[in-house]
Amino acid sequence: MKISLSKIKSNNYITNIYLGTFLFSLSIFDVFLYSFLNINITSFLPGNLSLFFPLIIGFIGLSFIRMEYSGIKIIDNLNKHINTSNFNALLTLIIIFALLKALPPALSWMILDANISGDTKQACTGTGACWTYIKVWFKRFMYGMYPNEMHWRINSAFILVIALGFVGYFFKDNLKKYLALYYVVIYPIIAFLIIYYLISGGSFGLVWVETGAWGGLSLTFIVSFFCLIFCFPLGMILALGRRSNLPAIRYTSICYIEFWRGVPLITVLFMSSVMFPMFLPEDFFMDKLVRVIIAITLFEAAYCAEVIRGGLQALPRGQYDAAKSLGMGYWKMHIFVILPQALKLVIPGIANTFLALVKDTPLIFVVGLAEIAGMLALAKTNPKWLGFAMEGYIFAAIIFWIICYAMSKYSYNLEQKYKTER
Amino acid sequence: MSEPIIKINDVNKWFGDFQVLKNINLDVNAKQKIVVCGPSGSGKSTLIRCINRLEEHQEGKIIVDGNELNENTKNIEEIRAEVGMVFQQFNLFPHLSILDNCTLAPIWVKKMPKKKAEELALKQLEQVQIVDQAYKFPGQLSGGQQQRSAIARALCMEPKIMLFDEPTSALDPEMIKEVLDAMVNLAKGGMTMIVVTHEMGFAKEVADEVIFMDEGMIVEKNTTKEFFANPKSDRTKLFLSQIL
Repeated sequence: MKISLSKIKSNNYITNIYLGTFLFSLSIFDVFLYSFLNINITSFLPGNLSLFFPLIIGFIGLSFIRMEYSGIKIIDNLNKHINTSNFNALLTLIIIFALLKALPPALSWMILDANISGDTKQACTGTGACWTYIKVWFKRFMYGMYPNEMHWRINSAFILVIALGFVGYFFKDNLKKYLALYYVVIYPIIAFLIIYYLISGGSFGLVWVETGAWGGLSLTFIVSFFCLIFCFPLGMILALGRRSNLPAIRYTSICYIEFWRGVPLITVLFMSSVMFPMFLPEDFFMDKLVRVIIAITLFEAAYCAEVIRGGLQALPRGQYDAAKSLGMGYWKMHIFVILPQALKLVIPGIANTFLALVKDTPLIFVVGLAEIAGMLALAKTNPKWLGFAMEGYIFAAIIFWIICYAMSKYSYNLEQKYKTER
Repeated sequence: MSEPIIKINDVNKWFGDFQVLKNINLDVNAKQKIVVCGPSGSGKSTLIRCINRLEEHQEGKIIVDGNELNENTKNIEEIRAEVGMVFQQFNLFPHLSILDNCTLAPIWVKKMPKKKAEELALKQLEQVQIVDQAYKFPGQLSGGQQQRSAIARALCMEPKIMLFDEPTSALDPEMIKEVLDAMVNLAKGGMTMIVVTHEMGFAKEVADEVIFMDEGMIVEKNTTKEFFANPKSDRTKLFLSQIL
């Protein structure tokens, strides 16, 4: 069948396109009917042929469409992108069919047969997903074991921290030079104080809530936030240290980086909660959450350092020469010439590291802190709500996807904003 | 005769086992213009990079404006601020506008107020005739314009000495002239200049002395007139016959 196809030569190429489009549509229609309405219009064909019928006629259709340059925009785009060769045509068909096949069951599970009403397990009568479970547990997934009537404290703390994050945009020109100082030093301290006094409480008439009760998505945010803003400057210092001419600094940086890159995060977390307190004096107490944040920060700083070092190495030597020849010392050269260019180059790499960091936060479950994925693990073992792990994990996946996609979009915007021609 | 502003005494330098500079002796007086030429790999770039210590020499003495350059030199940044340098690849800072390129070092190294630094930068940019490009970024300019900006950037530090490391070698032929013109103007203004170049026309026009280097040695050092009229060594003759 194929062999004779390649020999078709028609003077009237429009016929080819009509014929091809018809066959292609027919194949999609056949799969569509079968997958959505369970009607098999080719049941008269013998066994296997009936199964492969849409693939074969779709393939023939696409070959017809590809045969001539038509001048019709849609068809030309189709040819250019998904129908350039026999192999691509086949891949296109398989992907389209697989999507058509997968869509109806996914739709019916997630929406058509799903339940969201009621607030007990008994409300879930359908064969689909039980979103009631998510609805009932929603506050737990967001705030963990934090007392219900005090959720406003978490909300207002977050709003304050986010608002302060935007303060930099409104700096006047003469304050611009303090921007870095603000974000690297002042902002983290203020953010820490806000979170400490508002969420932990214990003063100003607010009830003390210990960090063991914190959890859910808000804990994910707190851990990610502090780790991100601390690991970046630390990584920068380590990257510069690794390129230093002074052996003591260079080898310290190398040892640090290679040590933290060599151990798995999960063991670091275990050590932070089990072994680390053993080395501390007995009356010295450091909160579990603080220890975890320090551990993740130290860990991720090593990765940041290597990414930033890549950017430093990508700069031509001439930039260093020019800065030096103008009389700039090490720090001036790096602050004004080298780092602005190097950091611009490593935005994609840094974004990558940060995304990985956010997605690593569920590991803090091993030390007994339950952020969103940890709360799911607790909720799915609740005797009243057994058997809804799937819904929970899909919910968490969607939340994580939204966070990470937003971050990656933001990093892409930054990249575009600071793009300069060389 | 006053003390030379640059004194180079018996300087030797190695890159690993390879000796790039062999027994270099050179005195440069204030306001003198010296052109260094020679085949590629002869050590001429390395020599002028040693003068502001972008390269370190292993043996011998280099004294710039009364300061000896060696590993004990503490004020190397101050010395570099007095020695302007222009590179083959321009080496402008691509993330800053031309004006910011010019004002960066005066503001942060010489602690000049921003306003004054900008006035100075605009004046220098006017000297090299690109004041209208001041707010553009290096990537938006032609090679010749970039190199003239680089000259202006170096001049903004008000240096006593200017070093040029093959300033026209990376340029299109038709842009060479605009850069050379800027350099000729600078020479007429009385700047001390050491220029590594293959532009013999420029050498004839402005140089007081021409130095020919080969294989890390100064083969010939002569006044410009003598250098082109009756070169002493055969190597120089061969080089000139090929280049002219």
